[in-house]
Amino acid sequence: MSVTAPQGQAEQAAFELRATTFTLPTLRLFSADLGELTGFLETKIQQAPEFFRNAPVVVDLSHLREAALDFPLLVGLLRGLGLLPIGVRGGSEQHRETARLMDLAILAQGSRGPAAAVASKAGIATAAPQPAAAPRAGTDRPQPVAQAAQPAAQRAGTDKPDPVAAPGSAVSGKLVTRPVRSGQRLYAQGGDLVVLAPVSSGAELMADGNVHVYGPLRGRALAGVKGNVDARIFCQDLRAELISVAGHYRVSENLDPALAGRPVQVRLQDGRLIIEAL
Amino acid sequence: MARIIVVTSGKGGVGKTTTAAAFSMGLAKRGYRTAVIDFDVGLRNLDLIMGCERRVVYDFVNVINGEANLNQALIRDKRSDNLYVLPASQTRDKEALTREGVQGVLEELARTFDYVVCDSPAGIERGATMAMYFADDAVVVTNPEVSSVRDSDRMLGILASKSRRAENNEEPIREYLLLTRYSPERVEKGEMLSVKDVQDILSLDLIGVIPESMAVLNASNSGVPVILDDASEAGQAYMDMVGRYLGEALPHRFLEVPKKGLFRRLFGG
Repeated sequence: MSVTAPQGQAEQAAFELRATTFTLPTLRLFSADLGELTGFLETKIQQAPEFFRNAPVVVDLSHLREAALDFPLLVGLLRGLGLLPIGVRGGSEQHRETARLMDLAILAQGSRGPAAAVASKAGIATAAPQPAAAPRAGTDRPQPVAQAAQPAAQRAGTDKPDPVAAPGSAVSGKLVTRPVRSGQRLYAQGGDLVVLAPVSSGAELMADGNVHVYGPLRGRALAGVKGNVDARIFCQDLRAELISVAGHYRVSENLDPALAGRPVQVRLQDGRLIIEAL
Repeated sequence: MARIIVVTSGKGGVGKTTTAAAFSMGLAKRGYRTAVIDFDVGLRNLDLIMGCERRVVYDFVNVINGEANLNQALIRDKRSDNLYVLPASQTRDKEALTREGVQGVLEELARTFDYVVCDSPAGIERGATMAMYFADDAVVVTNPEVSSVRDSDRMLGILASKSRRAENNEEPIREYLLLTRYSPERVEKGEMLSVKDVQDILSLDLIGVIPESMAVLNASNSGVPVILDDASEAGQAYMDMVGRYLGEALPHRFLEVPKKGLFRRLFGG
């Protein structure tokens, strides 16, 4: 594996461009079961926490056959464990697309084989466990997002998401005036999601852009789900179960209780989630 | 055309059947032709609460399967000529409820009745989704405790997204919150969520608060809907609820801890 590393040397030339070879840990997945993976990884990391702290890691998806992988969640998971996923190898076209959106490098596959074909099938298969009663879901939501939302949906059951902004007005974002209930998922494709009502625990808000909530936010809010690191979450009353910007997430246990009940914004700064009162 | 009302909750044991029985009896007592349907196929209870369990010949599933016609299966209540009960089948399971079958029965009832009350089973599976699918109004029965509130919230989400009205983009189901088994004493001690707590979480119109009462258990055991026990707080609270459903502006009662003595003697606690 080779990575080009710019090395600035002020006295001489402004920079020197050289190919340098690094040995990187590669996480080769054999199962798409992220729950299982989390357990194993946590154990592994506990054995050598220093070694793994901020360790760059490449995710190798080429061995993953026909399995539906929740790729954005995987990246979030690795970041949550203190690893730095920097690139992806193998996997379906869709995984690669998601990786690009999340600013991950696409690295060459070691051996060409049927893996790509199989993996792209896997990408299609991920659509299958989608909410059955959501005829529109396929067209309204890009799959990476649908995948990101899947674990939550499985816990809470799956509902048809409220009718998303009419097809054709995809860029304008989405305005919701009715309470968002437990188990409901709303997604604003290509724009902001504005909710003027309470968001219950067990509900999930997703937007490619910002998320604004003017009622109490008790559910989950994910801004910049396609990897927009400039996306933010604004809310009047933060009691969220989970907040996430571009895959960087924090669960309620790690939220400062002092911020509850105050207007706050959540943004990403240097890869860190900043939650601050407005 | 009748208005179809589902009594639902998500969680079990919160008082759905008690409410369906009381509410339908209340509507009938006000002079509306009312049918109440037990959707809890396999765990039939409404007939017991209504006191007509010994008169069940045919049931809901028989009608769906065309083994009996609706008039054969409907049981007229002995206390009100306006009230009919359609019992569930005890020997079948919820898969027997087909959407077309349920629709057929509801449409037939809607032609001759003013109100059709659907008593939903617990859960969010087939029985519950069938009970709410065709509804115009929903009474969401909630106990003042967190798990019940969350389940109600989940059910509200399903009402808003999976009902016929939602799927056809019609005017959404009208949702009402009914708080049952409310105990002002326990709220005061901090052991129970208050009306305000529940309303904050669910942000829903409150149609009634039914106090925890021995009268409910007694009524169930004797097969008399508690609304007929007009000496009891629970019975009065259900009467208020029916009134509010019909558009009357009535203040909520039984929300405060009763002053010991006089109140106890009058209403028997």
